[in-house]
Amino acid sequence: MGYLLRLIFEIIFFRPLTLIVVGLRLRHPERLPKKGPALIVANHNSHMDTPVLFSLFSLGRIHRVCAVAAEDYWFSNPIMAMFSKHVMNLVSVKRKRAPGESVEDILANVFSALEAGKIVIFFPEGSRGEPERRSEIKAGIDIICKKYPTLPVHPIFLHGLGKIMPRGDPVLVPFFCDVVIGETLNDHAQKSLSKDLKEIFDSLEKEIDRPEWH
Amino acid sequence: MTNLSAFHQLSILILGFLLVATGIIWGVKFAPKQAEELKLRMKTWWYIFAFLLGALYAPPPTLAICLGFVSFLALKEYLSLIPTRRADRRVLIWAYLAIPVQFWFAHTGEYGLAIVFIPVWMFVLLPVRMITIGETQGFLKALSELHWGLMINVFAISHILMLSRLEFPNFSDHRALILFLIVSTEINDVFQYISGKLFGKHKIVPKVSPNKTWEGFLGGLILTSILFYFVGPHMTPLDHNYSLALGLSVAVAGFFGDLSISALKRDMGVKDSGNLLPGHGGLLDRLDSLCFTSLIFFHFIRYFAT
Repeated sequence: MGYLLRLIFEIIFFRPLTLIVVGLRLRHPERLPKKGPALIVANHNSHMDTPVLFSLFSLGRIHRVCAVAAEDYWFSNPIMAMFSKHVMNLVSVKRKRAPGESVEDILANVFSALEAGKIVIFFPEGSRGEPERRSEIKAGIDIICKKYPTLPVHPIFLHGLGKIMPRGDPVLVPFFCDVVIGETLNDHAQKSLSKDLKEIFDSLEKEIDRPEWH
Repeated sequence: MTNLSAFHQLSILILGFLLVATGIIWGVKFAPKQAEELKLRMKTWWYIFAFLLGALYAPPPTLAICLGFVSFLALKEYLSLIPTRRADRRVLIWAYLAIPVQFWFAHTGEYGLAIVFIPVWMFVLLPVRMITIGETQGFLKALSELHWGLMINVFAISHILMLSRLEFPNFSDHRALILFLIVSTEINDVFQYISGKLFGKHKIVPKVSPNKTWEGFLGGLILTSILFYFVGPHMTPLDHNYSLALGLSVAVAGFFGDLSISALKRDMGVKDSGNLLPGHGGLLDRLDSLCFTSLIFFHFIRYFAT
């Protein structure tokens, strides 16, 4: 049932929105993961980021893809939580740690999704931040990589979604957005992705033309 | 063949031409990289003409919806290409909303409104909306870039649709008129390209486009005019001499339309306007000549034939 709702929602809402109203310019689609478990890491500027990343996967595989979302917003009441979980395929993480909780506890749902063999969309910057500007990479990504040192991680750089729908403005303005898929990283021993990702995103950003926007 | 209308004849001609071109690309041995590029480009041509012929053969509102959608994609590509201001988000929404309005006027044959809506009403409405937001930094630049975008991507493309609402004393094959405009514009591009490849020596505007030559331009002009002289009277309400004059105008307009988009891309520092049409680049890379020829073609015919 959840699978069917997910599919219908994707067909009547997400896909028309991302493929027709927005429109994607995809670079290196061959680098996308074919199967899970895998982690998609992308810069985060807009509510549109998640639907755009979902639309990179075929409808047949969409139920194997889920996205990490803040518990205090997307799971704030039972109805919202039902919708987020079953219709949008979201996995909740807490933004703030309760006393006595470790970072691992916060990420527990991400771990179980990965262990179920899913492709998980993760925003290592946490919140959306200022549109079209990148924020600091948080520690969460390192914790995941430490637990699964050979997990395939796919960095994706998104440009334009902050222009389409920036934080704090509900109006959607159509622009084409660029989706640049980086090379897969799958050896995380001795490495700190929270440090490396900035450079990786920088190099992916260089592949596109970026008109001024301020 | 004689029982078929000019529109059907032209459709069959195009399909035949595409088949022959596809056969050549598959049959002749090109360098692998070039072959790949040509095949991709050819495939996209098939999609373009399938879309176009589908829109023309389907019942009337389809053409308006399809061209309106093309206009939306072109405007989106244009706005994604140029610098924009965050403050103008709502102004851009107004620009997008001008598309259904303009295509509604064009579709219903409201010539008086279709011809002034963007040059007059949007000319006033865009600054009104900008003023209520109040950002003065970059005001003129943002305003003029947006209005030029509407002229090129909405006003010009809606002229293709407006052709279907013209009334002539002795001519009623409007679909032939539309198809002929598009095909002759594209063929003029091809004529210019071939003449340039064969005889090109003297660069015409090296700063804008290093590949354009006087020989290419004049070759296109002559061949397109010949085409218009012989085929024009069959596809349009014009006689041979007027059709020849239209052919000259289309060749010149197509040339400068093409170069205007080249200059725009050079200004923005990009090679292609996008990647919507594999093998061609963006939509504007293909619509470039048509943005000017549609205006010239329509107003020439409206003035001399109605």
